Amino acid sequence: MIPLVKLLEAALFASPRPIPVEELSVLAPEASPAEIASALDTLREHYDVDGHGVELAEIGGGWQILTRAEYTEAIERAQLAARPQRLSAAALETLAIIAYRQPIGRTEVEEIRGVAVGSILKSLQERALIDVVGRAEGLGRPLLYGTTSLFLEQFALRHLEELPRADELAIALRPAPQPL
Amino acid sequence: MSERVLEGTGPDGVDDMLETRHAGMSAAVETGTSEPAPESPAAAAPAAAEPVAPVSFVVDLPAFAGPLDLLLSLIRDEKVDIYDIPIAHIAKQFLLRIRVLQLNDAAEYLELAARLLRIKAQMLLPRHGEVETWEDPRAELVRRLLEYQQMREVVDILERRGDERRSRFARAYLPEAGEAVSAPLALSLGELLTAVDRILRVTREPTVHTVIARTLDVAGAIAMVRDAITARRHMRWSDLVARDAEPWQILSMLLALLELAKLGELRLAQPRPFASVEIEHDSPGEAA
Repeated sequence: MIPLVKLLEAALFASPRPIPVEELSVLAPEASPAEIASALDTLREHYDVDGHGVELAEIGGGWQILTRAEYTEAIERAQLAARPQRLSAAALETLAIIAYRQPIGRTEVEEIRGVAVGSILKSLQERALIDVVGRAEGLGRPLLYGTTSLFLEQFALRHLEELPRADELAIALRPAPQPL
Repeated sequence: MSERVLEGTGPDGVDDMLETRHAGMSAAVETGTSEPAPESPAAAAPAAAEPVAPVSFVVDLPAFAGPLDLLLSLIRDEKVDIYDIPIAHIAKQFLLRIRVLQLNDAAEYLELAARLLRIKAQMLLPRHGEVETWEDPRAELVRRLLEYQQMREVVDILERRGDERRSRFARAYLPEAGEAVSAPLALSLGELLTAVDRILRVTREPTVHTVIARTLDVAGAIAMVRDAITARRHMRWSDLVARDAEPWQILSMLLALLELAKLGELRLAQPRPFASVEIEHDSPGEAA
């Protein structure tokens, strides 16, 4: 491996969070973005082709070394690491609405879900999956929520655009209601 | 506005509405003539359903994430077209389900049940031939259901992506928040000894302060203010506290003034920060 690939590997190994590409450029200032991209490709290929227990994943606008899924159960059984808890259906629904409609206020989320979401918003905020991103104009200037970079990380998304556009969802393919 | 909730088989579709309306009206059993629908959704439940014993408030709703979820699954189970919901039938089923699931105490489910009955009632109203301007009362519900269903699709995607990510571990090391990375000390023995010597020299002669406890005399200050305020209705802080007053006197006076203000015997005002405090006697009429 060329030195740049090894340098990136060392940095990715040392970091507990995905490293954004800009930070990788700071790490290797003499390398061009194209060189860094190709070095990342080399590293990923190295892990994939030579058969490693870890892989290189592009997540939340950055890069991260992750263990391969097939070893998860063994690692968990030995209690070396634990999978984070799954979110409840209610929390996922709330998160999905915020991901698509951000910045969005509590009332609008409740309108779509048909139930109160106050406590769910609070716990999502505590888990740093959403955050207050501003205030709406109008009465009471309600808080507006948006998703965080941790949201991208926990759902292995490179960026928000990786989610299908609203008109790409299956339901949107159905014919529009005919005026009766 | 009083809405009438009609029992029995109302007209389901829109197309056949005009023909069946009269038959539906005459066959209908009125259950809540004077009450608006949102307040009496239970009254419109099928009479066949046996009375359910009152149960405690349902908090845990494992099967459904909300009333729209329940309604959507109902529409799926009944295999009806979401763009042409037989509202009377679906409303009846919805009420049945929330009764069986004992959700009929949950406000959000009741709200939707009431909405369904309202739509059902609106579908029954005569249209006076204004077919052009007539708006399907179900349109808003359909829009919400579609929006909700779209969101459920996103939930499925998120669930899948989340599981994918959860099944791979990142490095477990996380630096503790706020932990500063400090380099090991680089120090010679000479420097260390000088530092120790400096500390010892400073602490050789300890400075001793004698602290004399002075208790505050708030009661005395209150009595003094009361005397003064009966003579003059308006005073300033400087009238009450002498220039060379001891700290304990100043503190006693401050506490006394706050206490009297709290009791409503006087009013305090300060036109701007650091200005002299104005003290005014509160007339008995104004006292709270």
